[in-house]
Amino acid sequence: MATSTMSSTVDGSAAGYRPTATLTFRTELRRQASRRRTQLSLGFMVLLPLVILLAFEFGGGNGGGGDRGQFAALADIAKSGGLNFALFTLLVSASFLLVVVVALFCGDTVASEASWGSLRYLLAAPVPRGRLLGSKLLVSLFYSLCSLILLTGTALLAGTLRYGWHPLRTTVAGDIAPGTAVVRLLGIVGFVAVTLLITAGLAFLLSVSTDAPLGAVGGAVLLQILSGILDQITALGSIRVILPTHYGDAWLGLISNPVQTDDMVKGAIATLAYAAVFFGTAWWHFMRKDVVS
Amino acid sequence: MPTALSARLRRALPRPRLTRRRIVIGAVVLAVLVGALSWAVRPSSPGYRITSQMITVQTGPAGTTPISLDTTYYQPDSASAAHPAAAVLLAHGFGGTKDDVADDAKDLASRGYAVLAWTAEGFGESGGQIHLDSPDWEVKDAQHLIDWLSARPEVRKDGPRDPRVAAVGASYGGGLALMLAGYDRRVDAIVPQITWNDLGNAFLPSATGAGASSGVFKKGWAGIFFTGGAVPAALPGSGAAVPGAGGATLPGAGGALTPPTGATPTCGRFAADLCAAYLSIATTGRATPDQLALLERSSPASVLDRIHAPALLIQGQADSLFPLSEADANAKGIAANGTPVQVDWFIGGHDGGNGPQSDQDRNRYLTVQWLDHYLLGKGSAPSTSFTYSRLAGIDANTDSVVALGYSVHGYPGLSGQSSTTVTVAGPPQPAVNPPNGTPAGISTVPGVGGGPAGATGGTAQDVPGQHADFYSEPLKSTVDVVGTPTVRVRAASPTGQAVLFVKLYDVDPHSGATLPDGLVAPVRLTGLPATLADAPAVTVTLPGIVHQFQAGHRLRVTVATSDQAYLSPPDPTVYQLAVTGGVRLPTVHSTPIASPDLIWRWILAGLAAALAIGTVVAIVLGRRRHRKFSNRSGSARLSPRDDPDQSHLARADLADIPLVVSGLRKEYGDGFVAVSKVDFTVRRGQVVGLLGPNGAGKTTSLRVLMGLTKPTAGDIYVFGHRLVSGAPVLSRLGALVEGPGFLPHLSGLANLQLYWRSTGRPLADARLDEALDIAGLGDAVHRRIKTYSHGMRQRLAIAQAMLGLPELLVLDEPTDGLDPPQIAEMRRVLRRYATDGRAVLVSSHLLAEVEQTCTHVVVVHKGTVVADGPVDDIVGDSPSVQFDVSDPATATEVLNRSGVRSVSGEGNGTLIADLDGADRADVVAELVRAGVGVNRVVPRRRLEDAFLSLVGGDTKASGER
Repeated sequence: MATSTMSSTVDGSAAGYRPTATLTFRTELRRQASRRRTQLSLGFMVLLPLVILLAFEFGGGNGGGGDRGQFAALADIAKSGGLNFALFTLLVSASFLLVVVVALFCGDTVASEASWGSLRYLLAAPVPRGRLLGSKLLVSLFYSLCSLILLTGTALLAGTLRYGWHPLRTTVAGDIAPGTAVVRLLGIVGFVAVTLLITAGLAFLLSVSTDAPLGAVGGAVLLQILSGILDQITALGSIRVILPTHYGDAWLGLISNPVQTDDMVKGAIATLAYAAVFFGTAWWHFMRKDVVS
Repeated sequence: MPTALSARLRRALPRPRLTRRRIVIGAVVLAVLVGALSWAVRPSSPGYRITSQMITVQTGPAGTTPISLDTTYYQPDSASAAHPAAAVLLAHGFGGTKDDVADDAKDLASRGYAVLAWTAEGFGESGGQIHLDSPDWEVKDAQHLIDWLSARPEVRKDGPRDPRVAAVGASYGGGLALMLAGYDRRVDAIVPQITWNDLGNAFLPSATGAGASSGVFKKGWAGIFFTGGAVPAALPGSGAAVPGAGGATLPGAGGALTPPTGATPTCGRFAADLCAAYLSIATTGRATPDQLALLERSSPASVLDRIHAPALLIQGQADSLFPLSEADANAKGIAANGTPVQVDWFIGGHDGGNGPQSDQDRNRYLTVQWLDHYLLGKGSAPSTSFTYSRLAGIDANTDSVVALGYSVHGYPGLSGQSSTTVTVAGPPQPAVNPPNGTPAGISTVPGVGGGPAGATGGTAQDVPGQHADFYSEPLKSTVDVVGTPTVRVRAASPTGQAVLFVKLYDVDPHSGATLPDGLVAPVRLTGLPATLADAPAVTVTLPGIVHQFQAGHRLRVTVATSDQAYLSPPDPTVYQLAVTGGVRLPTVHSTPIASPDLIWRWILAGLAAALAIGTVVAIVLGRRRHRKFSNRSGSARLSPRDDPDQSHLARADLADIPLVVSGLRKEYGDGFVAVSKVDFTVRRGQVVGLLGPNGAGKTTSLRVLMGLTKPTAGDIYVFGHRLVSGAPVLSRLGALVEGPGFLPHLSGLANLQLYWRSTGRPLADARLDEALDIAGLGDAVHRRIKTYSHGMRQRLAIAQAMLGLPELLVLDEPTDGLDPPQIAEMRRVLRRYATDGRAVLVSSHLLAEVEQTCTHVVVVHKGTVVADGPVDDIVGDSPSVQFDVSDPATATEVLNRSGVRSVSGEGNGTLIADLDGADRADVVAELVRAGVGVNRVVPRRRLEDAFLSLVGGDTKASGER
């Protein structure tokens, strides 16, 4: 065995060690990219629009069904162009599928390391705890955003190839020119991304609190479901406005004419507040926690 | 036997530990939750008192008929004789009672108004008959109520018997407000909502402007209106629509459960003259001049020139009973006196209900603003600008429509400020008038109400063959229509007469035609020629709408011969129909009303900025602290502020010692002490064994050593640097603690590479090949970890710990899972590793392993160090020897004789003797000489002695203490 140089720096670290170079975004990106869960999630984001498209093609009927208000209305016009198809795909995914995907990315990231036992080796490398959380969170959010963009992009592409490039049709706002509609669609994607921060925050908080990845993912999804159910109970009155999912559909305001952004603004405020609390607590907790996994 | 597993499980699985801190936090959270909830549901004082009573008034043409009115008086607590309050007369809608306006009354009362609500005569508990807001009856009733108010000390007065009072009401109540203001100058302000201007025009409309005498009977609404007052007690009304902002109730909801006084089967509680007029009009479809005069007496149109009370006129767009044109006529008539008038259109009405929340809020805001100024003098005069709202989209949360408010400077009337003319074309077409008007086209279904269904025109239908359609080209640009479009129609009829229904559809190329608000323009044409060529063009004023015709859509003018809501001629006829020229679409120059939610944008911006700044500050502080830590750690101390509980971050005197553990104690939150006091030192070149039974505190010590857990007390110095979580000096330490930790989906090689990459150090420093040599996995390094055996993972984990050849190697049970040759190889590796100034710390619960691997040993038990020193010292022969003999009794005797220090028997012929320096050979010779057969003589070693005597039979894990 060769002899290593015994040089060390003033802070006692080994030569070449810099805290700011540990677990970089790129490294964490690669660590996560190789995971089947990441690949499957992203793959499904591409697959789902195609499945919907096939369902529209071979499923018969009018795509929607029933008179479930806005949903049925959007389903009915989903085939009128690529933009409408993308919008419809986003609508059916935003309330649950994307929530699960984001919860998966953000809830699994630290808890899975804990369950594998690799978390302690990262911390002893040493990757400073704050940095570990930062890298992991950024990568999780990056993959979440990728999912959202992949889903919308695939739907837009597939829809445009199949149904053509037409103005975005809406039920009451008339047609929106393709140029404007793309901007609106981007706005919708942006808003959905912001609202998903609540899920991301809670999932991340649970992720640093438990060694069970499923618990973290499930817990975050559970909250969404719970909040969604409470939001349905009108008897709760104005208390509902503080529910995390209350403004989840506010992006529909962007397909009004002119755009309605009041609810989106309130939704963004609620989201940021929740996310700040969740992320802040996650940091506070993890920086102090005894890692016993 | 309890194992380390249970101890580990206990630590891994959190159990509810009721520490003081948790109790306090829990209590605080609970208190906050309870506080917030009780604040949310707190019973608050309403700020007013409610008194219900019957008030008897002398009314009728002669003012001598006593009628008792069912009233409710809402007296604000703030009102007193010293501080009198302004009063509001709150009238309900047709078929309703005072209870319908209770919410509005409470709202106004809580704003400091003395509110008097009453059930109009002919309804509910009140006596009398329905006279349709007749000046002789209902208006007189209200005048007596004003008298009653003027007698209240807490009501503000403008003069003797003249209270400061406003009249507010919707539909029937709105009609009363207008009539009362016309007949009584004491009224200081009125807010009539969704009400009529001329009852004749309302029930017998004619879109040609010909007046009620040649109007088309609005049978649907009239029937509902009439039965609303005429239903016998046993047949409560349909209880359908509850439209209007003021709680107007039309078709006889409630109230009818008690037998009305003076009700007859035909007329219910309607006054005889009105009943007779209705029965006649409903039968013939035409009104006589007398009947029209009767309706005229109940119409504000007759008194508009006498109204001096500032009027806020709120009218609904989805209202086929009292359309926008009724409010328009009222506004023009009142404004002609120089009286301030403001007009507001909302999305709702008798067909559309109360409208979206934003519209309700705007109506309430305007009402309060109007009353506050004209009754209390608060605020500057409300502008006389015209406000309206347009359907803008879908409310995401309630699935209801969203209205956008607009404001126009000055009321432009129904013909708009400017106009666009769109040509509609089509060949002249025949259309059949069906016998008795059946089947009829459908525009709105009166009385069904239920949201702004008319907005999407979902119910509009035309019967094939009974209508003529005229289309425009697709619109080049979007047109926002606000007001009444007009179109010129030509018709020919063999009878010389025709009743037609003209509608303006918005035709979406994709989703088909919609009839804005479901409104139609009925016309009765007379003196028509038999052929179309001779037919003159008649201008038809279409219903007032607020509608956006999108670019690309087409207009469709439909002239139909029947409509379910109207009475059309019974005789079958074929009309020839044509449209001349275009449709004039009125437009206005409006500005959107600023959203009251603007403040939220600022809050959002502030919140986002605060979070961004907070994050940046946190990162900067974190880095600076790290830098400070790095810079000072060479020699100095951190100031107490930065590091309140500890002194040295670095000690120069320990700089060359790989590991110094002093006074280490770890106590978990539940009071369990895993390590009570551990001190030891690992010097360069040493392989130190940390020996102890399961649960002795070895792993806990190593966890602290890796910065994973925080010690309760004590310090660990690695090369002189105090070890805290994430301390940079950890980069000189390689560790395997509590088994391997790998990403199972990656190969062994990829795991090592990614791990090294995570440390951020140059790849060349990793010494990957040497580490892989030690792992000895061969080609298996390219397989995924999932497929590895326990031993393979263990070897890879040791290799990972050795990556970069750290100066201090910490291995927890390294031979776990290895087979004997591998264990032997591992011993050699570790011994060799500790040369060149490196050091190794190995923890094990196996005595033999420590003995064979280590140069030094530290024995821990129950969280404390019980022995410490070079293995050679400790492992050296012990003075005690184990004899297996054939005759223990004799042997004991012999041994005691030969001067050993102590002898103890262990059964089965085994004796343990402390020889105290005596030669083993001599002792054996003694035994043999005494005739004792010696089967075995085993020298015992010190470590074993120490271990067993210290640990003894007590091999319970620390966790069991």
